[in-house]
Amino acid sequence: MAFDSFGAFMIMEGHGPYVWTCYFVFFLLMGTVSLWSLRQRRAVIAQHRRAESPRVREKSPAGASFTRIEPSQD
Amino acid sequence: MWQIFHKLGSPKWFFGIASKLMPWLLWVGLSLLAAGIVWGLGFAPKDYLQGNSYRIIFIHVPAALLAQSVYMMMAVAGLVTLVWRMKLADVFVRAVAPVGAILTFLALFTGAVWGKPTWGTWWIWDARLTSMLILLFLYFGVMALGAAISDEKSSARAVAVLVLVGVVNIPIIKYSVEWWNTLHQPATFKLTEKPSMPAEMWVPLLLSVLGLYLIFGWLACLRMQTEILVREGRTRWVKELVQARGN
Repeated sequence: MAFDSFGAFMIMEGHGPYVWTCYFVFFLLMGTVSLWSLRQRRAVIAQHRRAESPRVREKSPAGASFTRIEPSQD
Repeated sequence: MWQIFHKLGSPKWFFGIASKLMPWLLWVGLSLLAAGIVWGLGFAPKDYLQGNSYRIIFIHVPAALLAQSVYMMMAVAGLVTLVWRMKLADVFVRAVAPVGAILTFLALFTGAVWGKPTWGTWWIWDARLTSMLILLFLYFGVMALGAAISDEKSSARAVAVLVLVGVVNIPIIKYSVEWWNTLHQPATFKLTEKPSMPAEMWVPLLLSVLGLYLIFGWLACLRMQTEILVREGRTRWVKELVQARGN
């Protein structure tokens, strides 16, 4: 180990705040983009599943619906 | 060779192969990155000139190298889009552009924080830093242009042209430290020369570089899969896959 104690490791002779800020931001951004990408794929799959589920299909049939209108004979 | 090229053009084939590769890319990548960072932060000797602030190198160099490599990969994909009209090449460009932007931002941010204790300033408008900032704007441009054109084919062509025009910036970034007098130190790794640092420093750096490349591979596969699912949502194979997989 390059440091004598855990305290020295954290402080890094005064350079700790610079080093730890960089590592924090690095993991924060890489973690965020990974989780966001995973959630995006899940959301797309869920969307396709909903669109394909029988209940949705029943509610919105593919064909057009017609309402019979009685024309006036006057 | 042509058979592989032809297969690569098939989103269905890519989806399957990516699903098999992704766990390997993620876990091997994370292990290498963790090994490189733990070694670099806790066990590598301190730099005789810069002290402990140099330990930022174990994320700064991987992020900066990958930011440029991603752009080069996008340029190759852009060329393939223009010449062979391969859909998957455009899928790649769209999927990785935000990741490239994040990596470029990370390279700039970690560089700025490293610059304060080393150079005495967060930022200077020198060639290396400015050309990296231009790379960030190029990534933003690619993302904005892709989102602005709704027609898929026109959008793919426009994005490919922009990526190819922007590629001129990559040699400027690479050789900026040699062509101009800058505060930035010369390249740590060169293919033709021995590293300018001892093995206790460059081995962990190499591990973290390799680790981040593999993690990028995982992210690229994941984001490409999402893009494919969006574009190919009406095809039979996607419908079957969605029903079979669930989440």
